[in-house]
Amino acid sequence: MSSPSATPTKGKRTRGSNPPTPWSEDALTPPSRRRRTDDASTSDLQPMPTSPVTDMRSPAVQDTSLFSSPAQSRHSAPLNEIDMSSPLTYGTPSSRVEGTPRSGLRGTPVRQRPDLGSVRKARQVDLHSDHANGPEAPASEHSVGQKLVIWGTDVNVGTCKEKFQRFLQRFIDPSSTDDENAGLDLNEPLYMQKLEEINVVGDPVLNVNCEHLQSFDADLYRQLIAYPQEVIPTFDMAVNELFFERFPDSVIEHQIQVRPYNALKTRNMRNLNPEDIDQLITISGMVIRTSQLIPEMQEAFFRCQVCAFSTRVEVDRGRIAEPAVCRNCNTTHSMALIHNRSIFSDKQMIKLQESPEDMPAGQTPHTTVVYAHNDLVDKVQPGDRVNITGEQVITFSRSSRVQHKILRIYRAVPIRLNPRQSNVKSVYKTHIDAIHFRKTHEKRLHGLDEEAEEKLFTEERVRTLRELAAKPDVYERLSSALAPSIYEHEDIKKGILLQLFGGTRKDFSQTGRGGFRAEINILLCGDPGTSKSQLLQYVYNLVPRGQYTSGKGSSAVGLTAYVMKDPETRQLVLQTGALVLSDNGICCIDEFDKMSDSTRSVLHEVMEQQTLSIAKAGIICQLNARTSVLAAANPVESQWNPKKTTIENIQLPHTLLSRFDLIFLMLDPQDEAYDRRLAHHLVSLYYQSEEQLEEEFLDMAMLKDYVAYARSYIEPRLSEEASQALIKAYVDMRKIGSGRGMVSAYPRQLESLIRLAEAHAKVRFSDKVETIDVEEAKRLHREALKQSATDPRTGFVDISILTTGMSATARKRKEELAQALKRLIQSKGKVPTMKYQQLFDDLRAQSDVAITKDMFEEALQALTDEDYLTVTGKTVRLL
Amino acid sequence: STQFYKWLNHLMSLHVQTKPSNCSPDWETKVLEYFKEKLKDNEAASWVPSLNDVPVHYLKANSLVKFRCFIQDMFDPEFYMGVYETVDPSSKSKVLRSGKYKDVAECGHQVDLNTKNAVTLERQTFYCVPIPGESPWVKEISFSYSCSNPARVVPSTSYAPCRHKRSYEEDEDMETQPHKQKEQLGTTDIHGSGDPKRLETEAPSSLSNAASGCSSPLDLNFPLPGEKGPACLVKVYEEWELFKVNDILEVYGILSVDPVLSVISEDKDSSLVDPMDCTESVEEQRVHCPPASLVPRLHMLYAHRLQHNNPLLPPAASEGQSSSGFLNDVVSVRGELLGYLTHVLLGDALAAEYLILHLISTVYARRDVLPLGKFTLNLSGCPHNSTYTEQLYRVIQQLIPSSFRLGMSLHNMNNLRLVPRKDYTANRLLSGVLQLAPNTSLFLDETQLEQGQLDSTGVRNITALGNLISWQKVDYDFNYHQMEFPCNINVLIASEGKSLLPCDCHVRLQPQLAPPNLEQYISTIQVSLSPSLLNKFRIYLSLLRTLDYSISEEVTKAVEDDFVEMRKDDPQSISAEDLHRLLVVARLLSLSVGHTTLSRDRWMRAKHLETLRTNRTEQQKCVNGNEP
Repeated sequence: MSSPSATPTKGKRTRGSNPPTPWSEDALTPPSRRRRTDDASTSDLQPMPTSPVTDMRSPAVQDTSLFSSPAQSRHSAPLNEIDMSSPLTYGTPSSRVEGTPRSGLRGTPVRQRPDLGSVRKARQVDLHSDHANGPEAPASEHSVGQKLVIWGTDVNVGTCKEKFQRFLQRFIDPSSTDDENAGLDLNEPLYMQKLEEINVVGDPVLNVNCEHLQSFDADLYRQLIAYPQEVIPTFDMAVNELFFERFPDSVIEHQIQVRPYNALKTRNMRNLNPEDIDQLITISGMVIRTSQLIPEMQEAFFRCQVCAFSTRVEVDRGRIAEPAVCRNCNTTHSMALIHNRSIFSDKQMIKLQESPEDMPAGQTPHTTVVYAHNDLVDKVQPGDRVNITGEQVITFSRSSRVQHKILRIYRAVPIRLNPRQSNVKSVYKTHIDAIHFRKTHEKRLHGLDEEAEEKLFTEERVRTLRELAAKPDVYERLSSALAPSIYEHEDIKKGILLQLFGGTRKDFSQTGRGGFRAEINILLCGDPGTSKSQLLQYVYNLVPRGQYTSGKGSSAVGLTAYVMKDPETRQLVLQTGALVLSDNGICCIDEFDKMSDSTRSVLHEVMEQQTLSIAKAGIICQLNARTSVLAAANPVESQWNPKKTTIENIQLPHTLLSRFDLIFLMLDPQDEAYDRRLAHHLVSLYYQSEEQLEEEFLDMAMLKDYVAYARSYIEPRLSEEASQALIKAYVDMRKIGSGRGMVSAYPRQLESLIRLAEAHAKVRFSDKVETIDVEEAKRLHREALKQSATDPRTGFVDISILTTGMSATARKRKEELAQALKRLIQSKGKVPTMKYQQLFDDLRAQSDVAITKDMFEEALQALTDEDYLTVTGKTVRLL
Repeated sequence: STQFYKWLNHLMSLHVQTKPSNCSPDWETKVLEYFKEKLKDNEAASWVPSLNDVPVHYLKANSLVKFRCFIQDMFDPEFYMGVYETVDPSSKSKVLRSGKYKDVAECGHQVDLNTKNAVTLERQTFYCVPIPGESPWVKEISFSYSCSNPARVVPSTSYAPCRHKRSYEEDEDMETQPHKQKEQLGTTDIHGSGDPKRLETEAPSSLSNAASGCSSPLDLNFPLPGEKGPACLVKVYEEWELFKVNDILEVYGILSVDPVLSVISEDKDSSLVDPMDCTESVEEQRVHCPPASLVPRLHMLYAHRLQHNNPLLPPAASEGQSSSGFLNDVVSVRGELLGYLTHVLLGDALAAEYLILHLISTVYARRDVLPLGKFTLNLSGCPHNSTYTEQLYRVIQQLIPSSFRLGMSLHNMNNLRLVPRKDYTANRLLSGVLQLAPNTSLFLDETQLEQGQLDSTGVRNITALGNLISWQKVDYDFNYHQMEFPCNINVLIASEGKSLLPCDCHVRLQPQLAPPNLEQYISTIQVSLSPSLLNKFRIYLSLLRTLDYSISEEVTKAVEDDFVEMRKDDPQSISAEDLHRLLVVARLLSLSVGHTTLSRDRWMRAKHLETLRTNRTEQQKCVNGNEP
């Protein structure tokens, strides 16, 4: 627009008949705030002029479809008038131009930007006309040398435009990982490609990452942040000029709007303060409420009741200057508002609440009001987490005058002002006009959402984390930092630590195998009161997406998902349960053994396939439940019975148990040295001061960050040696068993080993899984097995306890007993029936080991299965 | 001193009305400093009228008042005209004014909003209510303190005697009223807003009622049912980050009851569907701009966090001159208290001992998720279907500054809101019974529980109680997520058998005597207690909570040895959990006699107590056969 040829807006054309009006007005006006805001009346943003002369001549030129043929408008418009009033000219200006072939900067309508100061609209044109026509302005247009700026700012429109165009044409970001840039050539100017995209797709919105702008031109960025109301319209102009220069034939709905996002000065809602008013800010939060669509009047249409003369008045700061006198027939108070000829824009009120992560402990979250305009309306739903870029605007809550006036316009019901009102409440109302929404997902531990993750860590923090990772004993340090109040159980803590990190996610769906579980599941069993719950509680507090449930209180439905009828909409909605909610997190289930069978059965799918299938009330779907399970179970008898196997102690189906990578027993070691250390630990817990405790361990926040960082940035792959080591480990494990005629390892165990090794590599921030990782994985796995899969009768580790629910020796013993019973029966000769009790006594008398009734029944059952005999009541009948 | 107060007020009003535009910027801070200095003097502070004692309409607007309160909710920060310019329409002269410490800008003059001199400032609003569960005696004493200076209530001196009379009535009422309320508790929806009649019947002698002049459908959002007193919107001007929800404060500030505030809110009600003003729903406005006569605004000048609300103790425990004197006869007071409680507990000295330990317990630290120092007591063996638990509660209420008795009837469990919930429509935190100030005693009466079905609310409530006891935290329900609020609530469970809730310590009550008329028995004991001794008990229980405690190296060693020794004999005899409890018992036992370190003797005594206690439960097991 620095050249006269670049000022070809339609406004100029329509104003042709009446050029001096704004000129003369402006000449008298000193460059004051008023000019910044008020003389929008002559804006050429409007599809039609509002100056009295034009009004009289073409009262209804608002039909913008006639723009391309202005000559015709003068004649056809009055004829159209009756038709025009029937369809609602409700909505956005663009709706009125639909279907008209047009192109180029001139032909494309400007869409109002209520998001930039909802009432002081059309600033861009304002500036434009000022600078083009005002007595002092032309200088700035033509000679760049002069430093003319918009009043109250240091923004020079010409320079600003040039700078921005330069930015668009030249900015290259080869290292971009932004998801918005998917599919673009990173070595070409980024935003030129985006403009091409707009040309093709026709969605006239250009999202500009403020970070890019800052790296390109820090000064321009500063101006954007400080004076968004002035700078963004300038950007709009710049973009549109550039766009139509390049694609002169492009047809888009309305002129391109620039939507900056990711202003670096991203603010926590709590830190907003008066200094941020009228500045561009980006804040994150959670949407808690959205209002219905509010039609906001942009322009009021009045018609004289007497002579049918009509006029348009723009809304200025929520107020409409209602014409008191008809300029045509000079009748007073004859002008009436015609609703459906007035222009409205969409508006929606959104309540944004601070995200829980940003909140200091012990305080309640703050909320902020956000207004969304036009196409941003209905973009977000309650519950969404968003980053909103917008400007904070301050309004007076004082004058009921203003409000009532608006009310009147909207409902056309005259309401008398309240004469009592002379005082001013000294509190402002603030809201944010949204320019750009960006939905974020909850900051997850997993690296699935890198974009949300990226800004999580400051450089300094990363450096500290890296330093920590470089320490040789980082693994020990971290594991001791985990739940320091719980004494010892080093291996369990290590296991849980690895669970926090998780393995590397692999995708074999192409080869038909589907996803490969990366999550590590852990089961803790042991005596009551061995701080299992406390460990669970700790983990639940540590991970961002943790869920804590108790097996006693949860039903299958509570864990998975259920369908319910929404009370308001009467629609069926899917409510997700704990497992789905902890997708990408850890689901802590206490009192696992108390869970009902049906509840437990849903865990089968979750724990291996990591999905959850639901078929209920017409909703059939598969939800992701990529959750690690940390469960705690108590033995069936109140005390752990060391003479029994794990399965017998906790009475859980082995199909479920085999899905746990690590099963730990938390038992009282009952050893003096341990007792002494425990006592010391507990006593010191009770008198050490808070500070002393802090010194000893890494704090929880550090641990959290460390885990989050590793999960999002580190993806270890198996190295050659590591794979060899794993193979060897697996073969070894198989060998141990085969010597005694039992299988001591299954492929599932190999998978567990891989996961554990990967997790251990993540702890070290290493991209490669190395032998040491495999060693630790092996050790931990062996420790866990030693605890949980040791056959109490033989003292050997026997994986079949976990995989089949019975140790090989026990199975052998069962068979032997059945055979002994069979021999006993055979020795009795050909008796068709026997007394049950008699047989039991005989067997006991014969055997040299104690035989319980259960064992006897098992043996009978085995023989029944062989079809050797049947048991009816108290008699045993041979077949 | 009257002069002093008058002078203070005068100065205050000066400050409020005009800010001299020409003086130095630190003028304000200097004045504030001066105030704080003055208010530190107890004498001066006691001259400031308290919103707790004096109804709002007896207080002069824009005067200095104090308020002992509990932060129930925090509203969004608001931006206000920090400095603004007014233009006198006649003389056209401009004056700079300060908008601090007031709600309404100067009237009569034109306010120039666009002047460059205007400064926008930020302040924070807290919704404060009187301390939930505050015992009647606390109110009585703090009131009588203030009444000893009758001239204090400046606007209306004639008010004080009248109030005195009222308080006697209240005394009489006190016996029966809590009783009634408890009964109502089950049958009425406590938090349901908008039953004006109920407000009147439930709080007949309530201050708030007197203050509002009329009953109101406004739900003042008190955490506990049947509470009364003024709620207040406290405007905080500085360092609001230091305060937390559930803190108890004593606020000194300027009272603002400008009726304009109410007018505005009324006005807004009329414009129900105002489309431009949709930032706040009607509900939200009702909550955030309630009529000033009902919810006065208080502009905070100075506030301090209270560690306790016992009026018999100096507000900050660090001022130890009186406490050190008291510590000398702590042993004798303990003896008296033990005797008294033994009588109340029907002659069971062991239970009385444990009750004392429970009453002085407090969460003094947290180790990651583990709260240290909590001592939840389950007193089982309370007779079913009798008023004994109620009598017991009455006795405890007499001793400690704030408490609440929750009858765990099925109806209550299924219908009460225990956990605070965020109401997004009105944009406030709907309070729940478990939103309590630190060191409040929660008396759970499980004898009221009968067979029946808990619905989902009931299950959630029971879970919340369980979490409260085990982790000393309450997860407030924010609809889309939960937020954890740590708390420090002493839970005492009275039950018939062992409680269904987890607890740290279970004592089986063994009554030594069976008085024919329980009620009469207890009231005789209460009457025979001299007021001065009662006050000593009160000081004792509040003071001992604040003491520090440590264990010397030597004793640590001894304890370790002891533990190892015990485990050697029988590993089952003592678990880590038992040691945890034993350490807490030893700690509380030492503190209960005023010792701040653990001695060997105390350790042995703690072990002895524990043995007695466990033997008792063992016995019970034998009696009951296989009760777990």
